[in-house]
Amino acid sequence: MAQGTQNTHGSHGHGHGEGGHHSEGAHAHGSLKQYAIGFVLSIILTIIPLMVVLNDLLEGAAAIAVLLIAAVLQFAVQLLFFMHLREEQKPRYNLMTLIFGLVILVTIVGGSMWIMAYNGVVN
Amino acid sequence: MMAQANGHAQTQGHEHGHDGHHDQEELRQFGFWIFLITDVILFGTLFATFIVLRGNTAGGPGPELFELGGIIASTFILLTSSFTSGLAVLAMNRGNKQGLIGWLIVTALLGLSFIYLEVTEFTKLVHEGANMGTSAFWSAFYTLVGTHGLHVSVGLVWMTALIIQLARRGITPVTKRKVNIVSLYWHFLDVVWIFVFTIVYLMGVM
Repeated sequence: MAQGTQNTHGSHGHGHGEGGHHSEGAHAHGSLKQYAIGFVLSIILTIIPLMVVLNDLLEGAAAIAVLLIAAVLQFAVQLLFFMHLREEQKPRYNLMTLIFGLVILVTIVGGSMWIMAYNGVVN
Repeated sequence: MMAQANGHAQTQGHEHGHDGHHDQEELRQFGFWIFLITDVILFGTLFATFIVLRGNTAGGPGPELFELGGIIASTFILLTSSFTSGLAVLAMNRGNKQGLIGWLIVTALLGLSFIYLEVTEFTKLVHEGANMGTSAFWSAFYTLVGTHGLHVSVGLVWMTALIIQLARRGITPVTKRKVNIVSLYWHFLDVVWIFVFTIVYLMGVM
C-alpha cells in the first residue's frame, strides 16, 4: 500500500488538479534511480556475509553478528527502496502493522531460543 | 487514462465514483499488507523451530551436505527478480503496457529458475540420505525452505495469470492494484529468502 498510495495519486494527479497531490505522487512513484540504488546496496549486503563465510574472515559471535546485521540492513533496504515504506502518507498504518508484526516475530524467535537454551532434553 | 482502458461502461460515472473507487483499491492493498504481516509471523514460527532444532541431526547427516554454489546462484536470481518486478511497476506507472508485461515475464522466468534450482537441491539432498524424516534438523529445514519455495510457486502461478489479464485488459485501476500487490509479494519473498540464506545456509556451513 505504500506503493499504492503514490501510484493512485500519481495516475490521478492532473485529473484532480491538485498541485500538492501531484508533486507528492510524482516523488513517491519510486524512480529507476531508487530501484537501482536498492539493487546495488542489496548486492553489496549479500556479498559481505558471503566473503566472511567463504574466506573464514571472522569466527563465532563476530561472524554471526556481521551476518545478522547485513541481513537486517538488506531487509531495511528492500523496505525503503523497493517497498517504498518511507513514502507512506499519514496515518502510517503500514508502518504500524509492520512494527506490530516484528514485535511478535522477535517474541516468537527470541522467546523460543531463550526457553530452549535451558532445555536439557533438546540439547 | 483510466477511462480509456476501462471501456465505455465506466466513462459516464467516472468523475463521480472516482474517490470511492480509489479508496477501495487502497484499502485492498492495505488488506494485502496485513496478510504479508501475518505471513511474517508464519515464517517467524518456522525460523524459531529451525533455530531451536538446528543441532538435532540424530547422528545422521547435517548442514555439511549444503552446497553453497547453487544457493548463491538462487540468491542472486531472486534478488534480481525482486529488482525486475520493481521495473515492471515503473513501466506500469509510465503507462507502458509492453514494458510492464515484459518485465513481469522476466521476473517470472527468474522465479522459475529459482524453483528449478531448489527442486534440484532437494532431490540431491534426498539422494544423499537427508529426507524429511531423517532427523529434526531436516524436518525443520524442509518445512522452512519448502514453505518459502511454495510461496514462490504460488507467486509464479499468480503472476502468469496476471500477465494474461494484462494482455487482455491492459492497465486499468484494477490490474494496476494487482501488479502493485504482486510486486509487493515478490519483494517480501526476497526478504524472507535473505533470512533463509543467512540463517539456514551461511550459518549452517560456518
